[in-house]
This record gives sequence, C-alpha cells and structure tokens, in this order.
Amino acid sequence: MSAPRTLFDKIWDSHLVDRQDDGTCLIYIDRHLVHEVTSPQAFEGLRMTGRTVRRPEATLAVPDHNVPTSGRAQGIDDEESRIQVEQLSKNCDEFGVPLFGMDDVRQGVVHIIGPEQGFTLPGMTIVCGDSHTATHGAFGSLAFGIGTSEVEHVLATQTLIQKPAKNMRITVEGKLPVGVTAKDMVLAIIGKIGTAGGTGYVIEYAGEAIRDLSMEGRMTVCNMSIEGGARAGLIAPDEKTFEYIMGRPMSPKGAAWEQALAYWKTLPSDEGASYDKELVLKAADIEPQVTWGTSPEDVIPVSASIPGPDAAPDDNKRSAIERSLDYMGLTAGTPISEVAVDTVFIGSCTNGRIEDLREVAAVAKGRKVAENVRAMIVPGSGLVKEQAEEEGLDQIFIEAGFDWREPGCSMCLAMNADKLAPGERCASTSNRNFEGRQGRGGRTHLVSPGMAAAAAVTGHITDVRELG
Amino acid sequence: MDKFDKLTGTAAPLPLVNIDTDMIIPKQFLKTIKRTGLREGLFYELRTDEDGNAKDFILDQPAYKDAQILVAGDNFGCGSSREHAPWALLDAGIRCIIAPSFADIFYNNCFKNGILPIALPQEQVDLLMDDAGRGANAVISVDLEAQEIKGPDGGTISFEIDAFRKHCLMNGLDDIGLTMAKGEKIDSFEERRKLSQPWA
Ligand code: SF4
Repeated sequence: MSAPRTLFDKIWDSHLVDRQDDGTCLIYIDRHLVHEVTSPQAFEGLRMTGRTVRRPEATLAVPDHNVPTSGRAQGIDDEESRIQVEQLSKNCDEFGVPLFGMDDVRQGVVHIIGPEQGFTLPGMTIVCGDSHTATHGAFGSLAFGIGTSEVEHVLATQTLIQKPAKNMRITVEGKLPVGVTAKDMVLAIIGKIGTAGGTGYVIEYAGEAIRDLSMEGRMTVCNMSIEGGARAGLIAPDEKTFEYIMGRPMSPKGAAWEQALAYWKTLPSDEGASYDKELVLKAADIEPQVTWGTSPEDVIPVSASIPGPDAAPDDNKRSAIERSLDYMGLTAGTPISEVAVDTVFIGSCTNGRIEDLREVAAVAKGRKVAENVRAMIVPGSGLVKEQAEEEGLDQIFIEAGFDWREPGCSMCLAMNADKLAPGERCASTSNRNFEGRQGRGGRTHLVSPGMAAAAAVTGHITDVRELG
Repeated sequence: MDKFDKLTGTAAPLPLVNIDTDMIIPKQFLKTIKRTGLREGLFYELRTDEDGNAKDFILDQPAYKDAQILVAGDNFGCGSSREHAPWALLDAGIRCIIAPSFADIFYNNCFKNGILPIALPQEQVDLLMDDAGRGANAVISVDLEAQEIKGPDGGTISFEIDAFRKHCLMNGLDDIGLTMAKGEKIDSFEERRKLSQPWA
C-alpha cells in the first residue's frame, strides 16, 4: 500500500508531466482563466515568437478589473482602460480563446465566473494571472496565481514549471457563533499566522466549521489564502461541492458526470496523511473581525481597541504599526467600534456572491444608510446580479440607500472610476487594506458583508450582532 | 532575458516590512499593454506627494539614483501577482533584491525577468542594510556563480538558490523554449488523460 497522501499530494501527483533530477517538475494545467490586466504582454509574447494557444477550450477570458460599474452603454471613458479591454477581445479573437465580453450577462470577476460556469472542478489544476486564484481551491482543486510570463507559458504549453509546495492544515473545530462568517474566520486565521505565515505552503482548511460552510463561504476562505502568504488554499470536496457543480453550463453531464464523481470522491486527504505544519482554531472563539492597519494581518475582533506600537514584538513591527496608524489616521487605544466611516464597499471576489448579498440584505432591510455615508454594492457577476434582482434584494438595497451597480472588481483595487479620495475611510468586503489599494490615501477596513452593511447603516464600525 | 552572472553596484536601503506589489507599482500603471516604460510608476506613492511633487525618495537621491540592488524588509513583494512589479524594478535598473523573505509569486516572477532575489537571515540583511545606508559608498558585489555577496568592507556572505533557477538565470534561458522541447511528454500526458478523465 502506498503512503497516505494529502489532497494536495494527490492533485500534484496526477498532474506530473515530467520531473527533473533536481526535483523541478513540469505540471499539467487543466484550466486557465485570463483577464485584461495581466494578459496583454503574454499574448504579445506568443505573437512575437509565432506560438499559438495550446488548448483554447481549456481557457476562459473575461474583462473585470477595468470595467465601469455604472451604466455600460457608453463604453469605457478612460482611454487606457478601454484599450486594455479592447486588446483582450482582439487577443481572444486572434487566438481562439472563449471570452465573456463586457456586455455578456455571464461577465464578472474572474474568480466568481469560473465556479459559476462549472469551469472550476475538483481535482483540477487551475491558474490565472491573479493572486486570488486560490478561490477555486474551495472545490478541492489546486488553484494558484501566476505572473504574466507564466500566463504565456501556460497559453503556449498548458503546463508550468514548479516545485511542490509544502502541506499545511488549518483545522477550525466546532461551530461558528451566530453572526460570525467565513470572512471573519479567514481574517482571524490571517491574524494568527501573519501575512507571510503560509509562504511556501498550500493550506488545506479542515474541520467542522469549514465543512459547515456553504460553497460561497468556502470560496471566501480559500480566496484570502494569499493574504496569509499561501499561493493556494483548498478544501476537500464533498456532497455540497458536487451539488453546487451539478448542472452548471460547463460541468460534465451524463456518463461523464458519474465517472467524474467517482474520481472526485477519491480526492480527500487519506487518513494519516502528514502535514509539514498544523494549526487548530476553535470556531467558538472567533468574533466578527475588522482590520485596523495596512496589512491584512492587522486585524482585531470588533469588541477590541486599536493596538499601539507597544504591542510589537520587534523594532520592524513597531515601526510598521506606527506607520499604519499614521496612514490610517487612528489613535492606539480607541475602540474600533468608535471609528466612523465615509464609504462602504460591498463586492469583490472575496464577498461578491449571492450569499454575501443576502447577508447584506438581511441587515439593510427596513434600515437606511447613514447620512454622509456613500454605500455601494457591486455584484460579482452579471448572473449574481440577475439572481439578486430575482430575489428582490436590489429593491431592499435601493430603498435603504445603497448604490446598486454593474459587476466588476470596482473599488476592490480602484482601477476603474470607483475609488476613495485621500483620507476617505471605507468599510470594505474586499481582501486588501494596503496603502492606496482603494485609491491613493484611502483608508480601508476589511470586514464581512454583514459588518459592512452594519457600518453603512450606523455610520461607524459596528458589531453586526447588535443589530439583531 | 538578460543573463545574470556578476553584479557590482550601489545598494539602496528600503527598511520596510511587507512591501507589497501595490506599493511597488500602483494600479494606475497597470493599464499598459507593454512590459517597458514602467520605471515612472515604480514606488510612485512613496516617491511623490498627492500633487505629483517629488518626496526625495531614496532612489531619487543622488547617491542612489543608479542603484542596481535593493535591500529590504521581510515578506518583500507580497500581495498582487502583477509582473509589472519586477518589470518596473528592471526598467529602473534594479537587478538584485536582498530581503529576509519574499512572497512566492513575486519571487518566481523575478527569475522570469533576469532579477535575482536573495533571501538571507535577518541579521545578515541588517548588516547589508547598514552597508546600503552609506550613500556613495554603498557598493555591494553579487556573484551568482559563487553564490556570494561582498559588502563595501570586504566581508563575504553566501546565499542559497535553487540549482535549476540559477542555471536558467546564468544562461538567460527562456522557460517556454525549454518546455516546448518536452512537447512529446505533454502530448502523451494529454493522451492518457483523455482516457482517464475525459471531462477534464
Ligand atoms: S475583485 Fe479584487 S482581488 Fe478579486 S480579482 Fe478583482 S481586483 Fe483582484
């Protein structure tokens, strides 16, 4: 009998095309997602060398980072953004790559549409020129972000040169308290391991609290693996996974479905498989989380106060805290719930799915966005938008005073017109609170969708559980 | 890709931890469809104030404007996968970065662009950070073949690097060309998979 293997080991082994004596591997890539920002130079490289796309049908492209989230009839105002989006269409045309264009109802954030279409399947290797590709690991696939040179490499060869990562398992035991979500769980994990804690690892998330999550919640957790330094995060596929995939436009059908299902059931880590690093958390200890600084590891429970430089273990961290407090315009010792916000952003590949919008609606229903707060909701895809409208969520949002917009990355990275002004403070459901991430000088507090909605209606950081 | 063999040049100190790729090159410079000309966006928000005036950033100071080496804090290059970060560094003449650790994607991206990222223990980075603080005298030599760094006072520090990456960097090899040469192996892998996993 062979040694027990982890989910990661199994996927890795089954994609090995070649292994050099020094351990460098060539691994096969099943699915490649492409967006407009990190692909133009890759297509240009193919053109210059006369190479073609090896498997266009295993590739799917979508513009998301630059697209406007207001009306689209007039196209894109910003010239550079427009050129980049047009270039993607031209490249897809020339190389035969399927594209969901800006006017396609299936358009959306690249990591939302993969799962939505059934393009993302368990046991696969999935890459994209985007660090949040880890999202797809929620399906028990090995999914990670790559640079543009690697995008070109995958387009040309359908493979990547890699060394195997190490295995880490993070187990979240027990049940999450009411009002605490997948977002809080992953923020709490990042707070524990730090932004570099997962460097060199693939994280497998396990335990009752992970199994209890919906597929949407699992995607939120895996999505932010990169904020913990891990290139990929994954979760063993189970009945929930299969149910989510069944019947999606690109998922296998009929006999192929049965065959795939039988294979997927063999994927979960074997009993006794060993991990290079283990971490166990108790779900019951997790509260709603809020970031206070400029790194996702700068996170505290909503009941806590903003830490000061004295909390730092060393000089580097001390100066980082001082710098963060200064940038964020915050004083150590202030309870985080007293911090007032100017803006609320709900959306992104972390929290732009239907379940997230339902959470927001539950808080927004019958309430009003606080005066002086601008609150925007950007659905993750055209299909999420459609579904939300079918459920009447849009009416709840609009009545409460939220701005209900078109799908895209929007203020998650502020590459389109949706940005913060210098000094503007935002409660955001996105994934990065780096300096300038949501607009130069902008101040970001990362939170769950429910917490963002709570901040919108009270005008300051608020424990969503208090709104009942 | 340019070969990397030996490099002697000015090293600039950047004593911040978690320097993310948004900081290395902010999003407004990602709208390009080219790999070149990104120097202008390098560390833009550290370099200029909100009105676009220079802030006397380290790489703009006379002693460091020709720097080819950066010495930085832990977890360099975290965040977004944007290869615009190494492109911008390269465009500004940076060929080597020394830090206690690097984020995986950025680390990988460096090698695809002829940049050598060197991870060293914190104490050694601290020494080099001091060396880099000496303005015009902040000259460091990096020898990839010997895997050695020499500071201005002649002290030597050795470093680790993956043998295959070293080989590719020293010879300026193009990964895609190397992989294309294994075309038959990819073909037979695909044949096998068509039978075992027809849905994939
Ligand atoms: S939503 Fe944000 S994190 Fe996700 S792909 Fe878009 S820019 Fe990146």
